[in-house]
Amino acid sequence: MRSGDFKEDYIKDEAIFQSVFVKFWLGLFFVFLVLFPFAANIHMLYIANLIGFAVIGAVGLNLLTGFTGQISLGHAAFLGVGAYASAILITRCGFSFWLSVPLAGLVSALAGFLIGLPSLRVKGLYLCIATLASQFIFGFIFVHWESMTNGITGIHIPPPSIGDFKFDTERKFYWITLVSVILAVGYARNLVRSKMGRAFMAIRDRDLAAEIMGINLFRYKLSSFAISSFYAGVAGALWVSFLKVVTPEHFPFLLSIEYLAMIIVGGLGSVLGSIFGAIFMTLVPETLSVLSDIVKEMAPGWENLIIPFKEVVFGFLIVGFLVFEPHGLVEIWNRIKKFFILWPFSY
Amino acid sequence: MSDSAKEDIQLLIEDIHLDFGGLKALNGVSASVRKGEIFSIIGPNGAGKTSLLNCINRFYTPSKGKILFEGHDLLKYKPHKISTLGIARTFQNVELFKYMTVLDNIKLGRHIHLKSGFLSGGIYYGKTRREEIELREEIEEKIIDFLEIEHIRKSIVHTLPFGMQKRVELGRALAMKPKILLLDEPAAGMNLEETEDIVRFILDINEEWGVTIILIEHDMGVVMDISDRVCVLDFGEKIAEGKPDQVRRDEHVIKAYLGQADLTLSRLGA
Ligand SMILES: Nc1ncnc2c1ncn2[C@@H]1O[C@H](COP(=O)(O)OP(=O)(O)OP(=O)(O)O)[C@@H](O)[C@H]1O
Ligand SMILES: [Mg+2]
Repeated sequence: MRSGDFKEDYIKDEAIFQSVFVKFWLGLFFVFLVLFPFAANIHMLYIANLIGFAVIGAVGLNLLTGFTGQISLGHAAFLGVGAYASAILITRCGFSFWLSVPLAGLVSALAGFLIGLPSLRVKGLYLCIATLASQFIFGFIFVHWESMTNGITGIHIPPPSIGDFKFDTERKFYWITLVSVILAVGYARNLVRSKMGRAFMAIRDRDLAAEIMGINLFRYKLSSFAISSFYAGVAGALWVSFLKVVTPEHFPFLLSIEYLAMIIVGGLGSVLGSIFGAIFMTLVPETLSVLSDIVKEMAPGWENLIIPFKEVVFGFLIVGFLVFEPHGLVEIWNRIKKFFILWPFSY
Repeated sequence: MSDSAKEDIQLLIEDIHLDFGGLKALNGVSASVRKGEIFSIIGPNGAGKTSLLNCINRFYTPSKGKILFEGHDLLKYKPHKISTLGIARTFQNVELFKYMTVLDNIKLGRHIHLKSGFLSGGIYYGKTRREEIELREEIEEKIIDFLEIEHIRKSIVHTLPFGMQKRVELGRALAMKPKILLLDEPAAGMNLEETEDIVRFILDINEEWGVTIILIEHDMGVVMDISDRVCVLDFGEKIAEGKPDQVRRDEHVIKAYLGQADLTLSRLGA
């Protein structure tokens, strides 16, 4: 017969962070995140904030593409919808930043819901094209609905504040970003190990069998679109409040491709992978610009060759990972983890 | 048929017609399955057995006919609603969620019985956490234990041999808490020992769990051994129905099987 010990085992087995190894490093990483703004310079903090927004956006896209199997080429458009929604709510309707961010997420979720509507009828390549259309439709709206968006001039956004305290520097904004990232990642991590997340993965793996299990494909695909767009909307809203300005140029098609690159490089169908991917892909252009500075010193004039390399490098990374490490950085991490799993806690 | 027998009928299939272009996959098939029995469907390749299950599941919509399950007109249901009535199924070629673990596959069987939504699931505290732990416990005790698959519970399904995958698929169907279980060639591709295991499971599910079973199977030894009644399809038509002994001796059945090289009379057990 089963004893109480077995029950304990299941509880442990169903816990979110299972091994001492993971808990230890996660704790250490958290301490690092909290101490970081006290040690880092402004430029590093600027990058850290960008990574944070990218993590939120990438986790959102991974829920849709990596977990539910619905490829989206229009993720940037949903960042844009959220960004404009919050900018308009703050500047025209007098909403506070704190309220505008979740509302921007909801507006973006609604947009995602609408764009997701064809997903029951069309799959694969055709769905890609439908989401691509959303990229251009929203892009068009951002530019041409001038009475709301100010067209290409964009909207200036005041920094968030609590009372007299203004989050107007990279260092101060870091705390907003950090808390948002923790909430976003925690929610996603839990969602994918509960009923809804399993249903997403079932649809990705075999939609016919998912229906046999009683999964309403339409409802869950739309939910996935909505949740994914909510994430994008929040990421977009945070990003433009951080930049203090929003223009249509912030959301080009290339940004959608960058997000796809993040989740492919990081690991499709993995929350942790989205984080790795977001960090990695944000640091690539950084590394390139550092590289170009070095080149400028050593061979003036040649540095201009490095900057356009960004797109090329992205292209190579996507292809390279698809071919050589289709499970992404997270798989490399898992191998490292396996290697060290008993260290330094071998018992 | 007496009145009491009529009341016992759980699934009523009436005059089902199904065409693919010019091909008549099912041509006026009727059958009635009683509560608690093992009802087998046999017939040569392409006879329409799988198509009949697909009609019950609502993957196919018959052009004519009626299917009643416990009084519900199945043709009015959407495919994803069928499971809520207590109808579970396994497939001839295994339709598992390939890139998920055995445990997650079986958990998905419970989908309709779970309550957490997008808010409670994402927060995963209190009710949802309890629900997930209870789910795990039930699955471990009632299904993983029963099917003897403890050692592979964390394996990714597509890495398992075909026979094991069939067993996992059976586990997933059981997780749905079905009243009736549709099994499409559960022993196909299995060796003798694996077949014996599967037969033992089917009998246990039927007797101890009280689940009605519709079984499609080419292994005549198995069919004749465990079925309460057997129905024979050929070219989309029902050519015989009855107790295994009667069907075995039916001349239409013998004729239908004579055409097939791989299913000789000896395999029919005649
Ligand atoms: N989706 C489909 N489109 C076209 N024809 C189909 C389809 N499904 C089944 N058929 C045809 O209907 C007939 C019955 O097929 P079915 O799969 O029901 O046979 P079966 O009795 O299960 O055979 P087997 O023993 O080989 O599994 C076959 O001729 C098959 O080719
Ligand atoms: Mg078949």
